[in-house]
Amino acid sequence: MSMLHATELLGGEAYDAQGNFVGKVTELFIEPADQPNRVARYLLGRGKYLPLLARHDQVTFVAPGVIKLKVEEKDLEHYHPNEAWLAVRKDLLDQQIIDTSGRKVVRVNDVDMAEQRINGTVELRVTDVDVGLTGAARRLLQGLASPGVIRRIQDKLPARVIRWEFVNLIEPDPLRRVKLRITHQKLEKMHPADLADIMEDLSPVERHAIISSLDEQSAADTLGEMDSRLTSQIVEKLDPERAADIIEEMEPDKAADVLAGLSPQVSHDVLEEMPGKEAREVQALLRYEESSAGGMMNSDLIFVGETATRAEAVEWIRNQDVKLEQLDTLFLINGDAQLAGAVAIARLMLAPEDQQVIELKSEPLVSLPPDADEKEVFELFDKYNLRTLGVIDGEGRPIGVITVDDVVTRLRARL
Amino acid sequence: MDYTSINNRVEQWRQRAVGVRRRGRHTWRRLALLLAILGPGLITSNVDNDAGGISTYSLAGAQYGYLLLWSLIPMTIALYVTEEMCARMGVVTGKGLSDLIREEFGFRPTFFVMVTGFFVDLGNVVAEFAGVASAMQVFHVSRYIAVPIAGLIVWVLVLQGTYRQVEKIFLALCSFYLAYLFAAILAKPDWLQAARHTLIPTVEFNTGYLLMLTALIGTTIAPWQFFYLQAGYVEKRLGPRQYPQARADVIAGSVTCMIIVFFIIVATAATLYTSGHRNITDAADAAQALVPLAGKWAGLLFAFGLLNASLFAASILPLSTAHVICEGLGFEAGIDNKFSEAPIFYWLYTALIVIGGGLILIPGAPLWRILVLSQVANGIWLPIVLIFMLKLINRKDLMGDQVNSPTFNVVAWVTVVAVIVLTLLLVFYSIFFPTAATGVGL
Repeated sequence: MSMLHATELLGGEAYDAQGNFVGKVTELFIEPADQPNRVARYLLGRGKYLPLLARHDQVTFVAPGVIKLKVEEKDLEHYHPNEAWLAVRKDLLDQQIIDTSGRKVVRVNDVDMAEQRINGTVELRVTDVDVGLTGAARRLLQGLASPGVIRRIQDKLPARVIRWEFVNLIEPDPLRRVKLRITHQKLEKMHPADLADIMEDLSPVERHAIISSLDEQSAADTLGEMDSRLTSQIVEKLDPERAADIIEEMEPDKAADVLAGLSPQVSHDVLEEMPGKEAREVQALLRYEESSAGGMMNSDLIFVGETATRAEAVEWIRNQDVKLEQLDTLFLINGDAQLAGAVAIARLMLAPEDQQVIELKSEPLVSLPPDADEKEVFELFDKYNLRTLGVIDGEGRPIGVITVDDVVTRLRARL
Repeated sequence: MDYTSINNRVEQWRQRAVGVRRRGRHTWRRLALLLAILGPGLITSNVDNDAGGISTYSLAGAQYGYLLLWSLIPMTIALYVTEEMCARMGVVTGKGLSDLIREEFGFRPTFFVMVTGFFVDLGNVVAEFAGVASAMQVFHVSRYIAVPIAGLIVWVLVLQGTYRQVEKIFLALCSFYLAYLFAAILAKPDWLQAARHTLIPTVEFNTGYLLMLTALIGTTIAPWQFFYLQAGYVEKRLGPRQYPQARADVIAGSVTCMIIVFFIIVATAATLYTSGHRNITDAADAAQALVPLAGKWAGLLFAFGLLNASLFAASILPLSTAHVICEGLGFEAGIDNKFSEAPIFYWLYTALIVIGGGLILIPGAPLWRILVLSQVANGIWLPIVLIFMLKLINRKDLMGDQVNSPTFNVVAWVTVVAVIVLTLLLVFYSIFFPTAATGVGL
């Protein structure tokens, strides 16, 4: 099984069964709906005549610069553009793709293919895409130097290829995406922070394409990791319904940040589409200045009455719809619904079943009003080595919680 | 007053204070947004006034007085027209110019553009370090000390910073161009006459005059700036919605660039031309000649301006060149990467500085020939890049309804053809009449 490259095939000459010249190979098509990696059709350009198509089962021999057919010219079909075909030259060469194993965006220099002989015909299967110097050298020298020279040069260069299974195409047109069977399951399996980095390397149209085809949870997680200006750009282009679905999945503080970055009209439309409870939560957060404790806090917090025992508290938490990332601290409230204490979940875990939660609370009890400046927040986190900090309203009732990851994000932005 | 009414009053005042504070923050944020976007255009245009540029402008002032000032207005327009297209492509497609060229025209044209670009920029980097050397000569510092230190500063500055920090430093450097404003004021020019010549063109038909005119335009429009500019907007993540701000940035850049040129020409015209010192050879020469005529401060400010411009351009050119080449050919690029992540990028960057600076230090190096070669390469490069740009910006599938309007296309093509003809003329002169070309500071 020998390796062939798209660069060597494109521009090559095609001969029919009689050995007559038919045309030059100008494009290779893959039909992902049928076989994800097989070159299904060869486009043969014939100058001023209409181009013809050779099917894979009509090809008996393939080598750099030449292909031979087992049929005659009149048996070949005429070419009609088909959206469901992936064009190696147009859709792959020189375009950006996502390398899902290396988790980055790369540009395709060449496409590597392997030959498979089946009952007297030759099939080409795409094995890798070349993103390194070898492909670059081949592209540059093809037709200018002899194939032997090119092979010798590329042997000396470091190869960088990506296996075809790990190649994720970026197709902005949603209809074509379906026809080409492009799914983003591999992207959904990535860590959102990695995916966010990838998104930042793409153009707005491509980012939009990816966000709109991810599942809502992955889309929300990825948006949450991205630069806020980018996030609002992306959300503004989504339709409000889809935007609302994604924002619902975000933590309320991040959702509020995204909404705050949108134009008032879009922000209004998106809130309209969100279910009442989530919309109210986010709206409440939107009231606060971004650089205040209120702007940093998350309204998803878990609290129990201060008289509860450890067992009761755990039972209560289990029945709540909590996001695990948020579950760091349990807040205690007294009879007037005022903040009475904060219990680290770690301490709760180690305590005996029947212990009163109030006995587990961290000392001293620190909290802030929502209009406190973010600087005060940083100071408190530093001074008391906090992981979470409660935010209370004028009556001392807990209204939100700031977690240490919010603090890190803010501090990094100030660097 | 009873307790409740006092309380109410206090509450009212508190509310009002909150309102004021909020409005204040709002205004501040809008200002910050504008400042955040101001950047690429301003930086690019100012880097245009690099060592080579300042020499040409000084010579124009010294040899023709205020006569050539009128050319600044068409030059501003040409600068705006070409840069605006890049800004628009940047915000609409979100891709750099080299990315677009690669995707739409394929590997070989891209490679050709990148390799030629490398040599053009190398020539420019040599010119910048030559500018550092001659400016420091005015301050009596040997080039063997000045150039290595400058190279090191530039290298470290970029490698140690993040994009945002570096850009802040660059923006601060832009304000040092004000040195020329003060130099011009100290030169006590005839402002009325300067204004008259700016608005009313005077055309002479002799070789020297036409060549100088050509050189002025040739130094102002350089292809690397398009790549830098577009990459700048992409890196700042501006979308189509921020296009008006990006355009404002381009306008601000083109106009300030030309204002600086105006002051340089005025400063030299008022002194060197009026007193008959018309045979200077470069900007450092002009700075030295200014001392007896307009005082020590004018001369030193002029030299300081040259030093600043050279250092500024020497920091940006190698960076943008390495960036553009890597981006086009698909290698990892950008100062936010570590050395091991983007080795080719960092090697290119270092090579440009080391070779560019090193050539200045070799006694008897054929600097002159390098500069002519670089000028010739530029003459080939510029037309190709400009034509690629015009083709790209008229592509409906890329730009949607943001393609050039028919009127803008006419303006753009006229500008592009004019710039190309003038550049080719310069190339012709640098090859066949090198002596005439030296006279315009090439």
